[in-house]
Amino acid sequence: MSEQAILPVDAAPEVEVEGAPATRVRSYWQSVLYRLRHDWITMVFGAIVLAIILIAIAAPLIAPFDPYQQSIIGRLKPFGWRGHPWGTDELGRDMMSRLIYGGRISLLMGLAPVLVATIIGGALGVIGGFAGRIVNTAIMRTMDVFYAFPSVLLAVAISGAMGGGVFTGIISLSLVFIPAMCRIAETATAQIKILDYIEAARASGAGTLTIVRHHVLGNVLGPVFIYASSLVSVSILLASGLSFLGLGVQPPEPDWGLMLSTLRQSLYVDPLGCAMPGVAIFVTSICFNLVSDGVRSAMDVRE
Amino acid sequence: MLGYIIRRILFAIPIAIGVSIVCFSLVYLAPGDPLQTVLPPDATAETIAIVKHAYGFDRPIPVQYAIWLWHVVQGDFGRSIATQRPVTLEVFGSVANTAMLGLFSVPISFALGFGMGAVAGCFPGRMIDRIVTGAAVIGVSLPNYWLGLVLVILFAVEYMILPASGMGQTGSANFNLFHWSDAQFLVLPVVTLTMIPIGIIARTTRAAVAEVRSQDFVTTLRAMGLGEGAVIRHVLKNASPQVLAVMGLQFGYLMGGSILVETVFTWPGSGFLLNKAIINRDIPVLQGTILALSLIFVATNLVVDLLQALFDPRIRRS
Amino acid sequence: MTYVDTRDRGGAAQPMLIARSLQRHFHVKDAVVRAVDGVSFTLYKGETLGVVGESGCGKSTLARLLLHLVVPDKGELIFDGDTVGEAINTADLRRQVQMVFQDSYSSLNPRMPVQDSVAFGPMVQGRKKSEARSIAQDILIKVGLRPDLFGPRYPHELSGGQKQRVNIARALAVGPRMVILDEAVSALDKSVEAQVLNLLRQLKRTLNLTYLFISHDLNVVRYISDRVLVMYLGQVVELGPAAEVFAGARHPYTQALLGSRLSMDASRRIESPPLVGDPPSPINPPSGCRFRTRCPHAEDVCAAKMPALEHWEDRASHVAACHMTTAGSGHSLAGTV
Repeated sequence: MSEQAILPVDAAPEVEVEGAPATRVRSYWQSVLYRLRHDWITMVFGAIVLAIILIAIAAPLIAPFDPYQQSIIGRLKPFGWRGHPWGTDELGRDMMSRLIYGGRISLLMGLAPVLVATIIGGALGVIGGFAGRIVNTAIMRTMDVFYAFPSVLLAVAISGAMGGGVFTGIISLSLVFIPAMCRIAETATAQIKILDYIEAARASGAGTLTIVRHHVLGNVLGPVFIYASSLVSVSILLASGLSFLGLGVQPPEPDWGLMLSTLRQSLYVDPLGCAMPGVAIFVTSICFNLVSDGVRSAMDVRE
Repeated sequence: MLGYIIRRILFAIPIAIGVSIVCFSLVYLAPGDPLQTVLPPDATAETIAIVKHAYGFDRPIPVQYAIWLWHVVQGDFGRSIATQRPVTLEVFGSVANTAMLGLFSVPISFALGFGMGAVAGCFPGRMIDRIVTGAAVIGVSLPNYWLGLVLVILFAVEYMILPASGMGQTGSANFNLFHWSDAQFLVLPVVTLTMIPIGIIARTTRAAVAEVRSQDFVTTLRAMGLGEGAVIRHVLKNASPQVLAVMGLQFGYLMGGSILVETVFTWPGSGFLLNKAIINRDIPVLQGTILALSLIFVATNLVVDLLQALFDPRIRRS
Repeated sequence: MTYVDTRDRGGAAQPMLIARSLQRHFHVKDAVVRAVDGVSFTLYKGETLGVVGESGCGKSTLARLLLHLVVPDKGELIFDGDTVGEAINTADLRRQVQMVFQDSYSSLNPRMPVQDSVAFGPMVQGRKKSEARSIAQDILIKVGLRPDLFGPRYPHELSGGQKQRVNIARALAVGPRMVILDEAVSALDKSVEAQVLNLLRQLKRTLNLTYLFISHDLNVVRYISDRVLVMYLGQVVELGPAAEVFAGARHPYTQALLGSRLSMDASRRIESPPLVGDPPSPINPPSGCRFRTRCPHAEDVCAAKMPALEHWEDRASHVAACHMTTAGSGHSLAGTV
């Protein structure tokens, strides 16, 4: 390139107009929503998920019968018997009402641990990503120890040792998910930490806390959220598994896993009724799975 | 390479110690005094004090841990509260039964999962890919104990071709693998156990294969005239590390997650033992089983990491 | 339009920045990377000092040392008469010295609109949000971007040149007196590069800035610099006015670098490359003069003794660190170059 400049040196820079992009301004989250809206599979199953949650919340308004009302003569009756749309269970209680009410606890035990693990695990991961080597090693090695347990085993062990129940179930499942969440957050933070704009922020004079708040959290949230959404279906399966083993809620409370366990004894008499709570678990789990896959595709785009 | 092996093994030791600490502290998670599990409710204060001293509960906790660890390292896991037999016997016996399930489930699920995933990854977007992906999503969302129940309903209740539960005609002690009358008890539990791993492994393999295939070096191989079969071999070799990692995790799942399937089929494996221990509040058995299973899992992860290093030279050099 | 900064302490005579024997080593596994090994120079107010060198010569580390983004192991930094770390702390230093990064995809936060990225600096340094926002818009105009059009945009919606203008705006928003430009135009297409360079020259005049311009592109450095500093393996090998260095380089490395530039003129065709081999790694530099392994004039004394940079007095001095330039150094050609 020779000494001649394209512009004479003294000219004021032209205020650029022609180069302006013609598209609408869209933030990252807005573009995520846009992509989601046009993904019909995710929309359909998302609607189903929403419906399941709403039904569980509105249980007292929707359920046809009292889920605790037993009936000695009305045990294990088939579909449609005396107004019970889906028959009755082994103690004569209405199956549909039991399933609707059961959704409450099953969903709670499925969603709460993921929420807790995201907050605690995410926080630990970001701290570990930004802290010095000692703190980082301490946090990550502790996580490694918990990671060394197969998830079902750990959940069963903690729940079993603590004596079962919904609250201990949530605690044990949270403990199962925190290490994974922490790892995801720490990896994401470590990757972001070395990028140029973080260095620029530090050069501007920002302290670590400010940098985390403004630059790191927004960018870490993506991978963390994607992983959390994929954990929900796993959590629902694990939670109902705990209930199946008797470590969740206690009878006579309705809960899908528990219902499977108690109905199992009537396997030979009423095989269809026995399988129904499992259908509920399966449908809920697969819907959450498909929605989370859709969310991942929407969020994972390189722009 | 040797340096990596040594480092990796050394790394596993503090993990194992951490695992043992968690197992030990399970006792203290239990509500109430751990002593309540070994004593009848109407014991006198004297008896309590004597038993407390005998079990070492009156020593400080780190000392108790050290004593417990010392026993464990020598192979003494204590005695089952329920059966009074040494825990080691109970644990090893049941782990062997779970291993029998694993013996069949692991190769089947790995082979099928890997095969399906590889085929789907080589033909992304086509019908076979959609089928495999759909099957994988279903497999991953299935509660495996429910699948077990459904299979029992179909094959044992409705059509009565296979037994519903138990291990062997005459119980687990005389189980003979080579006689169909006994071996048929294996079929349903194994099928149930393989469902979820097949789903997960197929999904991971498909993603890994599709991703490797899109890389430039594959195009280069084809441009050099390499036949599709040889190209696929290269692709699979490069996709293997990711898949291996998942397989290791699934092995752990098969051991830890077997508790649900074993409960459904009343298969006397380690999971079933764990279940009984929880119901009976049999802490020594609980601790022993969890410790044994977790340590096996740690060892499995170690082997998987080493295998990964074998396949992926980048890991060896790091 | 003269512009006197109220923060100016010593007037035009006092150098903006004096670097003395800066050293920074990095410990990687069992090896030591001697990234910056005894670098000294003076940067005068209002000038542009170009820093040239190949990959691995330490220029990026040097840039970060000057802002204390990386803390030097040894040596001192004196900014406008104040020693950094004693008379002036890092926070205040960063109010007066800023850096423009290379336009990589990671130089701007992808989740932040451009005006927020630019306003971040002033906000962190204590301004209120509304004030920072208006400073940002003001600066965007100065770099040639309409704030109403470009302010709410995200980095992925901008072209390379536009992103670089935003980078410049971000550095200027804080109101610095000195700007370090680390490969600021290296990632741009040639025509865009010209526009940005002219913008930089214009801004320097209107805002009374001092530049330290780092680049591996000799032509760019020659276009924009008043003086040039040449680095090799963590050390300064030549320093002098740009025109003089480019017309008559004194260090063999600089000569080779200049000779490596390809020309459209057929009569200046090069038969063989002036520099052979890859630059040695800064982990195990050669003993004595670090360039001796690639130097056509290397002799025994070059391996035995490290040549020091000649003593320089003022901005007109043209000095090199080579045994051939120093009389009585033991080199057969000593004192003749």
